[in-house]
Formats: sequence, structure tokens, C-alpha cells
Amino acid sequence: MTTLKQTPLNAAHRAMGAKMVDFGGWDMPVNYGSQIDEHHQVRNDCGMFDVCHMRVVDAKGDGVRAFLRYLLANNADKLATPGRALYSAMLCPEGGVIDDLIIYFMSEQWFRIVVNAGTADKDIAWMKQQAAQHAPQLSITSRDDLAMVAVQGPNARAKVWQVLPQTRKATEGLINFQAADCGEYFVARTGYTGEDGFEVMLPKEKVETFWYELNKAGVKPIGLGARDTLRLEAGMNLYGQDMDESISPLEAGMAWTVDLNSERDFIGKAALLANPPTRKLVGLVLLDRGVLRGHQKVVTAQGEGEITSGSFSPTLEKSIALARVPSGVQVGDTVQVAIRDKMLAAQVVKYPFARNGKGLLNV
Amino acid sequence: MNIPAELKYTESHEWVRVEADGTVTVGITEFAQDALGDIVFVELPQVGKSFDAGTDCAVVESVKAASDIYAPIAGEVIAVNEAVTDAPDQINHNAYDAWLFKLKPANVSDVDGLLSADAYGKNIG
Repeated sequence: MTTLKQTPLNAAHRAMGAKMVDFGGWDMPVNYGSQIDEHHQVRNDCGMFDVCHMRVVDAKGDGVRAFLRYLLANNADKLATPGRALYSAMLCPEGGVIDDLIIYFMSEQWFRIVVNAGTADKDIAWMKQQAAQHAPQLSITSRDDLAMVAVQGPNARAKVWQVLPQTRKATEGLINFQAADCGEYFVARTGYTGEDGFEVMLPKEKVETFWYELNKAGVKPIGLGARDTLRLEAGMNLYGQDMDESISPLEAGMAWTVDLNSERDFIGKAALLANPPTRKLVGLVLLDRGVLRGHQKVVTAQGEGEITSGSFSPTLEKSIALARVPSGVQVGDTVQVAIRDKMLAAQVVKYPFARNGKGLLNV
Repeated sequence: MNIPAELKYTESHEWVRVEADGTVTVGITEFAQDALGDIVFVELPQVGKSFDAGTDCAVVESVKAASDIYAPIAGEVIAVNEAVTDAPDQINHNAYDAWLFKLKPANVSDVDGLLSADAYGKNIG
């Protein structure tokens, strides 16, 4: 039996009554009671998430921007103002998604990259291998000394300022997808819920105190269960479910992050140009009673597809999903989903399904 | 964890109550609802259908997972609890009131082969 990895907040989760689960080798809280209550808590007020299992990587040195311009499918040149952040896929030469990540432009000498937990080691090895070939002067450093907490919801920023008043001045003016380096605290106005809020990176040894201080200020802990329904409602992909190395970003709802128009070359570009997409990611809402789940078969007039992520939406009180279907399927179409021995009707919809506390659906 | 002494149990976390008329009522245990989390959907068997012991005959789905419910003993479905289809979270609030279906057993003595409260408690302990 392998020992599960623990974040520095493990004892705090247990003290707060979390139900712990094995999440990709990490011992993580799935909920602290009701996952649905936690979901609403974030949409209506605010909550905090232990995201210490995600990895912070610093890329530093001369020419770091040029390197990222080649490494990533989105264009690092879109980042003009220090602190600005960009969501991007990192592709393999065959055009599949190695990971999806956020890069923060701090200076021409320093970009910060936040990657997924399950892919972190693979990502860093790939970045180092590419840097050795194309930009050997760069240092690529896994910041294992840092912890990360996401505070999300309409009241999240105010709560963070209450606990970390020293960061307020530097972070009050941040727009969405912008970060400020406040010494020990790196505060970014980003998240994975479709709500306003901050992701705070800080020294590992300070994170437990920060967590308890937030809790004292009225911020409730939120488990991975609600994190998944929040991100699904917000129409955000989950790596390993909605895309992976065998999937083109153009067939994973990520075309908006892939820059194929400029002259810029990047890893995977040739493969994307050679293989135009034949499928696309769409939103589904189940019209019949039941719950949509990953890997259920979708039958459309244009052929078969598959649900990549599905669940019950607490905001809409309906079952929703992301599904990869033939490109010809259109919003408004009714499709059939195979659930056990039944074929149930679902409607193709535009997503996100919910943002900023509100459902966005008219079915 | 609440495990009423007067009920019988299965290893797959169903509870079974023998009624005065020889029929049995089936639901899922406190342990099962806690493991599933917030329950949002219940699919019940058709009244009149017969099942062998251990075959799947209903489904309970929480936000995070779907779980098959098995017939604890062989029998014919004589009633289903429509109230839990309309409000599945009743199972979270009181697992032993929110029954799922009633069976007319093929042999009521089959119930003797199920777990006692003590044995079930040890199983989940």
C-alpha cells in the first residue's frame, strides 16, 4: 500500500470534520458535511479550498517570454502588463494536451506557472527538457516551498483583506486574471469556480495559520466535491477528464486559447494545422430525470459522442454535462444519452451553465 | 452510526424490515447514505417485477456517484416509495424512514440469512 501524500492542511481538514478521499495519490477533503451546501456557500458568500497539491513553477532568466511563446499554445505576448495572467494549454508535438495551466507575467525575467497536481512532475520534466534545448539559460524551479489556498465567492476578496490587511493596497486594483507579488504572499485574482476571488500562494509554514484565520473571519472550508460541481457549472475543463494527451485542444473547448493565426510557431502547432477538428465540446442539460456522468454515450443525428464530465448542478437543480460530439451538432439540438439500460433526452446548450452566483440557462 | 437492532442488513448496505404481514421493506443504511453524500436521484423498480437475491433492482445517485441497490432476498416488488423519487435528500436526513421498495418474499425465511445489526456493525467498523 502506498502512503497518500498530504498537504500542510491535512490536520486542519480532519479537525474541521472533513471526509477524506484518495485524490490522485493525495489525501484530500471531499466535503466537510454537505457538498451541495458547500457549493451554494461559494456561489452566495465565499469559501476556501486547499489547493496545495497544485504546483507552482517559476521560470526565470533572460528570454523567458520567448521560451513560453514557443512552449505554450496560447501566446505569452498577450501579457503586456506585469501581473497579468493567461490560461493556456501545453501541447505535445502530436497536438494533444500535456496540461492546462495559468502563467503569470511578473517581469521579463520572471514568469510564474501554476500546473495541475497529477501532471506536475511530467510537466516540469517536459519544461526542463524543452528549456535545455531552446533556452538553456533559464531556470525552471518547482516551488515546493509554497502552499496555495483559493478563496472564492462574492465576499472572498474582502475576507482575504480582513486576514491579510497588508496585501490590500497592492491587490485592490487587480482586475480578473491579474496577480500581485506582496512579499511572502502572492495574490492572484483567479480561480476555478466561476466566482470572484483570490488564489493566494504563501510559504508552506504559514498556510495553516492563514487557513484558521480565514475560518475565524467566517470563511468556510470547501471540499473537492463542490470544487468539481462549481467548475463544471462554470464550464471549466478538468484535466484527465475533458482532455488529455490524446485530445486536441480544438476538440476540448479550448480553441479560444489556441493562437493559430499569428506567425508564431509553438509545440503542437503543425499537428493542429494538419488535423482540423471533427468533434467539439458542448454543454448538455438532461431533460429527463437522472444524472449525467463521464463516459456515458451520447447519440446525435451526426453520430456518437461521449460525456467527458457530468454531474448534478446545485445551482440549476438539473443534471448537466460537458460532452465531446461530432462538429455538426448545434446548440438547441436534442440528443440521447445512454444511462444504464435507458436512452434519455438531453438538450445541447451553450456553456458556462452558471457564473457569479447565477444560473445562465434557458431550456 | 445508527444501526437499529430490529432490522436486518446486507453486506451491500441495504436494511430490511420484516412487516407483520410477511412482506419486507428495503432501504439503504445510515452508513451508505453518509458514504454517498448528497443524494439527488433515485430510480426505483417497477411494481410487479420479481428479482433474485443479489440482483440490482434500483439506483441511488448522489452528486458524486451512482450506486446500485440489490434485492436482499428473492421476491416480487409490491410497492415503491414515490416520495423519495420526488425528494431524494430524505434518504440523507433519515435513512431508516426513507424506504425504497417493499418485496413479497419468495421465502420469508431467507431473511434469516441476512446480517444482524451486530454483524453489520462489525462489517462497517
